[in-house]
Amino acid sequence: MPDAPVHAPAPPLRGKSVKLRIKRQAAPEAPVRWEDFEVPYRAGMNVIVALLDIAERPVTAQGTATSGVAYDANCLEEVCGSCAMVINGRPRPACSTLIDRVLPDLEQPLVLEPLSKFPVVRDLAVDRQRLFNDLKRVKAWIPIDGTYDLGAGPREAQSAQETAYPLSRCISCGNCLEVCPQYSTDTGFVGAAVISQVRLFNLHPTGSLNAAERLQALTGPGGIQQCGFAQNCVKVCPKDIPLTDSIAAVGRQVLGHAVGRALRG
Amino acid sequence: MATPKANIIVVGGGLAGLAATMRIAEQGHHVDLFSVVPVKRSHSVCAQGGINAAKNLKGEGDSTWSHFDDTVFGGDFLANQGLVKRMCEAAPGIIDLLDRMGVQFNRTPEGLLDFRRFGGTLFHRTAFAGATTGQQLLYALDEQVRRHESEGTVSKHEHWEFLSGVLDGNGVCRGICAMDLRSMTVATFPADAVIMATGGIGAIFGKSTNSIACTGSAQSALYQQGAAYANGEFIQVHPTAIPGEDKLRLMSESARGEGGRVWVPRDGRPWYFLEEWYPKYGNLVPRDVATRAIHKVVFELGLGVDGQDAVYLDVTHLDRHTQDAKLGGILEIYEKFVGDDPRKVPMRVFPAMHYTMGGLWIDDERQATNIPGLFAAGECEYQYHGANRLGANSLVACIFGGMVAGPAAVAYAHGLGRGAAATPSGVFEAEQKRQVEINDRLFHNLGRENPFVLWKEMGRTMTEHVTVSRDNAKLRGADAKLQELLERFRQVSLADQTRWANQTFFFTRQLYNMLQLARVITLGALARDESRGAHYKPAFPERDDVNFLKTTLAHFAPDADEPRLSYAPVDTSLIAPRARKY
Repeated sequence: MPDAPVHAPAPPLRGKSVKLRIKRQAAPEAPVRWEDFEVPYRAGMNVIVALLDIAERPVTAQGTATSGVAYDANCLEEVCGSCAMVINGRPRPACSTLIDRVLPDLEQPLVLEPLSKFPVVRDLAVDRQRLFNDLKRVKAWIPIDGTYDLGAGPREAQSAQETAYPLSRCISCGNCLEVCPQYSTDTGFVGAAVISQVRLFNLHPTGSLNAAERLQALTGPGGIQQCGFAQNCVKVCPKDIPLTDSIAAVGRQVLGHAVGRALRG
Repeated sequence: MATPKANIIVVGGGLAGLAATMRIAEQGHHVDLFSVVPVKRSHSVCAQGGINAAKNLKGEGDSTWSHFDDTVFGGDFLANQGLVKRMCEAAPGIIDLLDRMGVQFNRTPEGLLDFRRFGGTLFHRTAFAGATTGQQLLYALDEQVRRHESEGTVSKHEHWEFLSGVLDGNGVCRGICAMDLRSMTVATFPADAVIMATGGIGAIFGKSTNSIACTGSAQSALYQQGAAYANGEFIQVHPTAIPGEDKLRLMSESARGEGGRVWVPRDGRPWYFLEEWYPKYGNLVPRDVATRAIHKVVFELGLGVDGQDAVYLDVTHLDRHTQDAKLGGILEIYEKFVGDDPRKVPMRVFPAMHYTMGGLWIDDERQATNIPGLFAAGECEYQYHGANRLGANSLVACIFGGMVAGPAAVAYAHGLGRGAAATPSGVFEAEQKRQVEINDRLFHNLGRENPFVLWKEMGRTMTEHVTVSRDNAKLRGADAKLQELLERFRQVSLADQTRWANQTFFFTRQLYNMLQLARVITLGALARDESRGAHYKPAFPERDDVNFLKTTLAHFAPDADEPRLSYAPVDTSLIAPRARKY
């Protein structure tokens, strides 16, 4: 092993500091460990800033050299969905989580854990591929004839746009799945985010032509009947998407679809 | 007769990469799509205000020619005009396509697409989906590509980072070398053609409005392999962003498009300096003009809000429906990150590095670089925007560029005498070996330099000396600093020696490429003794068409380890250059 590299000395902790307790795991099969850190507090700092501080000077609160914490992040303005993690027991986007809102007095540590419903890649980074696979499963797209010029799309009422637009802002962060008691590999439940996308595409004039395919995908194992109506999902959505409304609306559509199939034999 | 199936690699899953992928897959060919993040999380998602197309749905007499003229004029005549004209003509059809794909554009009472104003034009030409247009567009293309993926025509390689092109003995691109960002496996992938769509370079300036993934590392790697890099010195600084420690968050031009006003307090009263200085365009002057005005007010006149580097962007007077239905997305960002409600109090903003007009050189027809078999589309290439990009032109340029590059790459593949399959395996093995050796060297370095510290120094230097106002002595100093940082890079060592998902390691590899590209930007700026668009030198305040109406080309000189600059003429055959006054 090479010697531990030398780093700039820690900046003096003038005034307040933020204590962090971070759940770490070097690789998917590696043992879990917890590490404590302390970084200087600045007004308005978010969780990402604290993680950048640690990356720049990867030393624990006990003074032991360690590695920077791995985490997913990209846009840092709560629109790419990457940086969801469990922050003091609740899933939140690390970028838009300002530390002094979670811990007004800064006495308790900021506790960071990876989302628990997805396989850990390393530390706070997880593999959310399942979410994208489920979007495939319900055919979450408008099946256009082609990309050649076929003229304008269907007209849409302002009120229809105002219903659909909030649904189209889902950033696939996985917060709603983290708090869903039914979302697990055992149930195969697709969860609120994906059901809400079915509602979005079924609302669209062209998308509605293929509504039956999407509804069929939501019957059977992992489908909408797995929903236990815990209603946790809607409380943690960073984009305030009316997820329970979506589940109710799609639930009615699935029921209608199933009844229709039964009547047709 | 069925055409033979081509295999194309697309690197980058933002709007340009997805548009190219969609077009290739639609023609029945296969795409290997590489991205450092799941494509749905690409930086295009951050675009806010809208996408330009002269649909003329407001009875204003707008036309694709006016769009073309505004774009060329806005770019201070540095853009080659052929592709710009084609883009402006294609734009209305692109909007229709996006509309058909289900993008939730805002609507008029009649159910038609609504359009708003943006900078650098007097027409309502910008279609929008609230203030999250990029997100909606990216998702629409992401969904179409997911459909092709489920049909087997697209294979995604997400969490893979491009390291280099695989060039054969004749300098033809035969594939790429990439690294898995989890297992850190370095592998090569053959292809008949490669399309780069790797976006912006914000990280070179430390903090910017860009996402973390926008390092420019891929473009720089190709430049170091012989790809020409054009107009690197043209960097757009957006006038209105929220200062922050981790990033400078964009406050969209749409805030002004919907009536937002920029002001500072003067003598106890609001001074709407943009409206006073530019009565015709007001708050909607192009970005380079607005940014220089803000710098003048803050630094020369000392009128920054509360003595700080800030001006007010005020939307408090807009009606609640406009605030929520048309601007909700950005006002929410301000509220979440700053804590004040911008519906009630004016926002404090300041200019921030936002976009590179320069990029990989491509031809005027097919989005082809100077390396055969290598194409580029989107922000990573240099066409369309000249010396300054107009707001809401980036999304249309990304999609149009991708839609040109995709079929062009397929046509190239069909014209190949011998495809990637005929390339000797030694070509791939040699490139893979070269990249593994770079990795090993970095792991074995035992110096004392911290990559994050080097990055901060680079960002500070570039932001101070190579953004809004440029001075030759300071540019020389900046280049000397970059050379010092490249030297110190040899002494960099990694706190993290693990070979699994080692983010410090990935960042350090990118940092080297950022430093090389930073020199291209700096030296291009040093050599251009004029002021044009976003490139402003107080010592040379006028545009100089006699000496500088030309494209800067940077070629990497491996022996000297630095760029060599040359110039190429600009196609101004359709609109003759005229003075740019707003």
